Amino acid sequence: MRRMFWPLAIAVLAVLVVAAVVWGAVPLSLHAIAAAVMGRGDPDTVAIVRTLREPRVALAVLVGAALGMSGGALQGSLRNALAEPYLLGVSGGAAVGAVVVVSMGFATPFLLPLGAFAGAALAIGAAIAVARAAGGRADPRVLLMAGVVIGAFANAAIMVLLADAPADTVRGALWWMMGSVAGADWTQVGWLAAYTAAGGGALLAMGRDIDLLALGEESAAGLGLDAERAGRRVFLVSSLLAAATVAAAGLVGFVGLVVPHMVRAAGLRRHRPLLLGSAILGAALVVSADLVARVAHPPADLPLGAVTAIVGVPFFLVQLRRFA
Amino acid sequence: MIAFRDVMVRYPRAEQPAVDGVSFDAGRGAITALVGPNGSGKSTLVGALLRLQDRAGGAITIDDVSLDALDRRAFARRVAVVTQREALVFPLPVREYVALGRYPHEGAWRAAGQSDDAAVGRAIALAGVEPLAERRTHELSGGEWQRVRIARALAQGGDALVLDEPTTFLDIAHEMAMFELFSRLSKSGMAVLLVSHQLNLVARFADTMVLLNRGRVAAAGPPADVMRASVLEPVYDWPLVVTHDPAVGAPALLPLRGRAP
Repeated sequence: MRRMFWPLAIAVLAVLVVAAVVWGAVPLSLHAIAAAVMGRGDPDTVAIVRTLREPRVALAVLVGAALGMSGGALQGSLRNALAEPYLLGVSGGAAVGAVVVVSMGFATPFLLPLGAFAGAALAIGAAIAVARAAGGRADPRVLLMAGVVIGAFANAAIMVLLADAPADTVRGALWWMMGSVAGADWTQVGWLAAYTAAGGGALLAMGRDIDLLALGEESAAGLGLDAERAGRRVFLVSSLLAAATVAAAGLVGFVGLVVPHMVRAAGLRRHRPLLLGSAILGAALVVSADLVARVAHPPADLPLGAVTAIVGVPFFLVQLRRFA
Repeated sequence: MIAFRDVMVRYPRAEQPAVDGVSFDAGRGAITALVGPNGSGKSTLVGALLRLQDRAGGAITIDDVSLDALDRRAFARRVAVVTQREALVFPLPVREYVALGRYPHEGAWRAAGQSDDAAVGRAIALAGVEPLAERRTHELSGGEWQRVRIARALAQGGDALVLDEPTTFLDIAHEMAMFELFSRLSKSGMAVLLVSHQLNLVARFADTMVLLNRGRVAAAGPPADVMRASVLEPVYDWPLVVTHDPAVGAPALLPLRGRAP
């Protein structure tokens, strides 16, 4: 299982990526698409493939990879099988940060993720502080409740911020709060790629630290890790990754929850391979969810976050039962 | 090898310091037992050694080098600490778990080498957990899990082992096996510092006992000196007699039925 994981995971992702480029509202032949990818053939087809489908799939890959790694790192460092950026309120905080940046008129693809990051870092800090105040560091459900409350607060904050916005801004914002990679462009893809590479690289470098954090603070200290500082670093980088996805594609929940468990089930437990595997399977999950979002109810797109939630909620309930 | 000198630890907002001027040595080739009632400061001292608690005064040295001059990894290469509790949220194969003990020897990107694998193998053999090596951590009994944790500590490759109540929740056979293991490790030259409530076992196995009471050393010395009713009774605040173990002649303590709760 373990040895088969990498070729299998990469093959699944590759097939899904090809399928996502081929499959769409305008039926196109494989031959025409292959030509268009190279920039040849019918100009309309080239336009559809190169400016609509390719960036959309690329964005889905990056969103999934970043969310998968963020979830894997949060689960390990918080010692919490239910942790993930959406449920912890990190994504919600990021959304508030992004809305603030937009309403101040600084919404560039570079600045938007930074605003989102500020909101996300505040949210995870708040969630951890609330859980501590509730005395529930040992019970994973307490942190989760804190996160859900922070997320609800973030939702309310966005509604207030949008109260006197024009109607089409509100519609756009609502759509974005359900998560979507439709309307992706290459600039967005480039920035998310940069953030994902930087954040993902940092998390991989901290892989061994996360292995130790998963043992608990005292044991990690006994092995020579400054657990408090290492933990804070992991929370910040995980929040940055989640925030970058929120800035690019809105709120996409449950990917960070589901994917690390799948990778662990395949036998990868040390966090470096676990995070890398979570990146690949996270990408595969979001690409396939976006595929479903496009073809389930044509010509309308379903919100991407709704599709991942439909997969994620039953999974969450199964995980929750383990603590009951 | 580990020396505590006038160590003082004060928790925020506490009136009395939790540890107040404690001095003692845990030397190589010996078992040093830290005993005392609940809340007497034993675990706080372990926390100060791990730098989880800040010292308000005094010094801790490892082979005459101040703890403050050692970075955390260098400390972990010399002293391994088995804390009171540890529960894994995500189970690991036993061998992979023991291999985490090599962390203080690893660089951020360097893969585990042959010397690491050898150290892991040695630690597994020394702790006597070879039969468990292919199991997963969540399949182990309480006694097996404690042994596996000790194996991970031994994989750190230091020559001091600090154990905080390692035999709580263990039955007689598992507890005795643990104490025999500590005895073997100390005879091999390691410094073993043991926090324990099992006074009678400690009296049989330890070379030195350090009795703490309200953050201060109430008595210290060979078990025969510390295991006296006149010493222990006021500290534990309970009537007791000290007799001699009929089998091995070590001092043995018997709490009496005394007062209504």
